[in-house]
Amino acid sequence: MNNRLGKNLAQMLKGGVIMDVVNAGHANIAEKAGAVAVMALERVPADIRSAGGVARMSDPIMIKGIQKVVTIPVMAKCRIGHFVEAQILESLKVDFVDESEVLTPADEQFHIDKHKFKVPFVCGCRNLGEALRRIEEGAVMIRTKGEAGTGNIVEAVKHIRAVNSGIAELKVLLKKKQIIKLKEKAKEYRVSNELVLQTAKLGRLPVVNFAAGGIATPADAALCMQLGVDGVFVGSGIFKSNNPEKMAKAIVDAVAHFNDPGKIAKASENLGKAMEGQEIATLETKMATRGV
Amino acid sequence: MFNRIGVLAFHGDVIEHIETTKNASKNLHLDIEVVPVRAKDIIHTLDALIIPGGESTTLHKLCEREGMWEGMKKIKNIFGTCAGAIMLAKVVHHKTADQKTLELMDIEIDRNAYGKQTESFEKNIQISLGNINAVFIRAPKIKKVGKDLEILARIKKEIVACEQRIGDSYYLATCFHPELTSTVFHEYFIKQVYRI
Repeated sequence: MNNRLGKNLAQMLKGGVIMDVVNAGHANIAEKAGAVAVMALERVPADIRSAGGVARMSDPIMIKGIQKVVTIPVMAKCRIGHFVEAQILESLKVDFVDESEVLTPADEQFHIDKHKFKVPFVCGCRNLGEALRRIEEGAVMIRTKGEAGTGNIVEAVKHIRAVNSGIAELKVLLKKKQIIKLKEKAKEYRVSNELVLQTAKLGRLPVVNFAAGGIATPADAALCMQLGVDGVFVGSGIFKSNNPEKMAKAIVDAVAHFNDPGKIAKASENLGKAMEGQEIATLETKMATRGV
Repeated sequence: MFNRIGVLAFHGDVIEHIETTKNASKNLHLDIEVVPVRAKDIIHTLDALIIPGGESTTLHKLCEREGMWEGMKKIKNIFGTCAGAIMLAKVVHHKTADQKTLELMDIEIDRNAYGKQTESFEKNIQISLGNINAVFIRAPKIKKVGKDLEILARIKKEIVACEQRIGDSYYLATCFHPELTSTVFHEYFIKQVYRI
């Protein structure tokens, strides 16, 4: 409904870190560390992964509890395609809904028609086509999917690069004035010509784009930033580390100073053990492949 | 001597402010270098600083960790939008326990007073500076201003933009985000900075 205002809120989050929190204590640590928003959920992705079964929207009481203790924006996740969970989250006045592959998808064919909502939506993507489809459905913020809950940055990097190269391709087509080929791209991506043209002209996604999934250290976060994202989501990487307070602050500092290796080095000192990482090949469930 | 305005660049809508400031200086036919500010060592070289929208809690922490807090207080001209306005205020309601502000402007401001994101709004306002579309994102409300403050914009009774001159210092605060829709406020700020 009001696309513009949600887009603007996402702009205010740029350069920031959004942290997954499962209780008020976590939320306080996140705010103190300098998070620009928190994602309220019952279990961090690493625990969702190990618990198995169907993962759903969090209990409203849990979300309200987080809203009470922080002054920064509160986001919450609904299942892909589960527009009733989204309606519930909107009624709770969360500041952003994340239609997320970390939860078990509710619809194998359709994502939520996000234009019908007043609350803004962030969605995941693995490549430019997925990003543009989500934007056309009404997402006002994108996150490039990593493999959530693994502490392994490799998938995030792969997908950031995929989005970047998709955009680079459009830029070349525009420069060569190959309008027919741009239209073919729009068809391939199943989105409007206007959106493809707009993206080609801007040379970036027309909405804010964060990295998410697999970020476990300050260096991981800065890597994503240098690859061109506007900010980062950190899920399990903070509260599955040995010293969440320190890790949270260190990642905030690394994102703020992402181009300054000296400062990232300083942020990386004495953090203790980062979260346990997992090889992608050994995973039973790949979350990032959900919702294309 | 060259003209130089900084935009605090850790977080928030930094690029939007940089672009708008560049456009505003172009409109005024002025040659101004607009620089992102992430380190304390350039603070003293700035004619003015712009503090963008974002989260005031995060901005405060990053400035303090960088050791630029006291230096920022000495900057002669500062313009703050939304979170930036909170950073300028002497008194802040609903701040977090460890949150500090620069305490430069004689205003009382209430964080997120318009409500959560679903209460964010935009409104066309007609003020002496011109006609502008004002975008309020989880915006703060200015509850009280000191005697020597000038009010620049109101919506009904609410003060949404104001300025203060103290000696040769100048501060400008807006609850909304002029950088998203207009160059009017940036042109006005530049004129005050360079006494045009």
